[in-house]
Amino acid sequence: MEIGIVGWVVIGIVGVVILWWIATYNRMIVLRNRIENAWSQVDVQLRRRYDLIPNLVETVKGYAAHERQTFEEVTKARQAGIDARTVQDQAAAENMISQALKRLFAVAEAYPQLRATENFQQLQEELSGTESKIAYARQFYNDTVLSYHNLIQAFPAKIVAGMGGFAKRDYFEIEEAEARGPVQVQF
Amino acid sequence: MFDAIAGNRRQSYFLLALVVLLLAGVAYVFGLYFELGHWVAIPALLFALMMAWGSYYYSDRIVLSMSQAHPAEKKDEPYLVNTVEGLSIAAGLPVPRCYVIEDSAPNAFATGRDPQHAAIAVTRGLLEKMNRLELEGVIAHEMSHVGNYDIRFMTLVTVLVGTVVLLSDWMLRSMWYGRRRSSRGGGHSILLVVGLVFVILSPIIAQMMKLALSRQREFLADATGAKLTRYPEGLASALEKLAADTEPLEVANKATAHLYIINPLTEHKGWTNKLFSTHPPMEERVARLRGM
Repeated sequence: MEIGIVGWVVIGIVGVVILWWIATYNRMIVLRNRIENAWSQVDVQLRRRYDLIPNLVETVKGYAAHERQTFEEVTKARQAGIDARTVQDQAAAENMISQALKRLFAVAEAYPQLRATENFQQLQEELSGTESKIAYARQFYNDTVLSYHNLIQAFPAKIVAGMGGFAKRDYFEIEEAEARGPVQVQF
Repeated sequence: MFDAIAGNRRQSYFLLALVVLLLAGVAYVFGLYFELGHWVAIPALLFALMMAWGSYYYSDRIVLSMSQAHPAEKKDEPYLVNTVEGLSIAAGLPVPRCYVIEDSAPNAFATGRDPQHAAIAVTRGLLEKMNRLELEGVIAHEMSHVGNYDIRFMTLVTVLVGTVVLLSDWMLRSMWYGRRRSSRGGGHSILLVVGLVFVILSPIIAQMMKLALSRQREFLADATGAKLTRYPEGLASALEKLAADTEPLEVANKATAHLYIINPLTEHKGWTNKLFSTHPPMEERVARLRGM
């Protein structure tokens, strides 16, 4: 059978298309896996925060044992965060923890000897660092979702996405309207 | 800022292509003059690669020991280490090793052949003179150099430029000692003269291109850093503070100057300086950041 030059060109084009298809499909797999990883990285930082809280509560208790209510609030909020199963419960618990921690630090303001201890300062720095890391991890998750969307929604990669079942993912967004409002600090 | 990132990246690849073209041009002219022809470019390339390899592979160790940097542990510098860890999370990179240089001149650099072997060093002056947002901006810029593989990129450029310099040197030496193939007649001589001038100028042209590339990658690191912090004002304000502080950094010298965030050796104003500077002018960096 004579293939001829036209035949070779056609085979060449088909080969290039197949290679492109495979490369694009694999790229989508890589990005999707990155999204999963990025999401669980947020959990790592959240867990770090849960681990730091009991230490902080004990340190403050050493100086301000009578501020019972504040301690209970923080411990309850932390437990809610650990127990949360759905994304909404998680977000609600996170909010509670942030509020409770704010109150705890406000309480600590009144005890200069406590604030001067190295232990307290270290914990404060660690918690502050962890809050930043949670934010950075969420930002990275959103950035990864953006790269993924840029790939699966563009043409012609769209076709590969449609056939491979690559769906859109949600960005991490603040759900409650009140969390977006300015923070009220009450003493 | 995403546009700035993409634009800077494109421009740096364009400049890289120009350098490759320059090299090809020099190799071609070489071919016009000598029997060996264009292929002599290959040994020149290999030679330049060999010379650059050691400094590239061990770049982290070499630069860190030259700069008298000591490692920073979490217990000594919790804020620095936490900031670097946080920004690594934002960049999706492994955490680089942190170092501190005990000098009151504020500055910072990043080194290492790839993100797995990266290191970031800051001076004591930087830690003391910058506020939290500014420090984050500076570290994000350094982290971006790591993430954009800038050390590798600039080494590649150095190898290409080195090859051009070698070829130009060999050619001029050979001409000086009179190893020329028999001239084919008048028609070629104009081309030969032009080629000669080109080869004499090529090292300077290559060097200028390398510096232009270095400046382009600095803009790219600024833009990528802004994307990491989502707060370009932090780095902008840090750069202004750095520009105002004229104290020279004692451990820096000409070999390591290009790695730092701003030129650590005192600068004189002037247009020649702009062409031959490894870093873009401060005003332009700040203007671009504030325009994001």
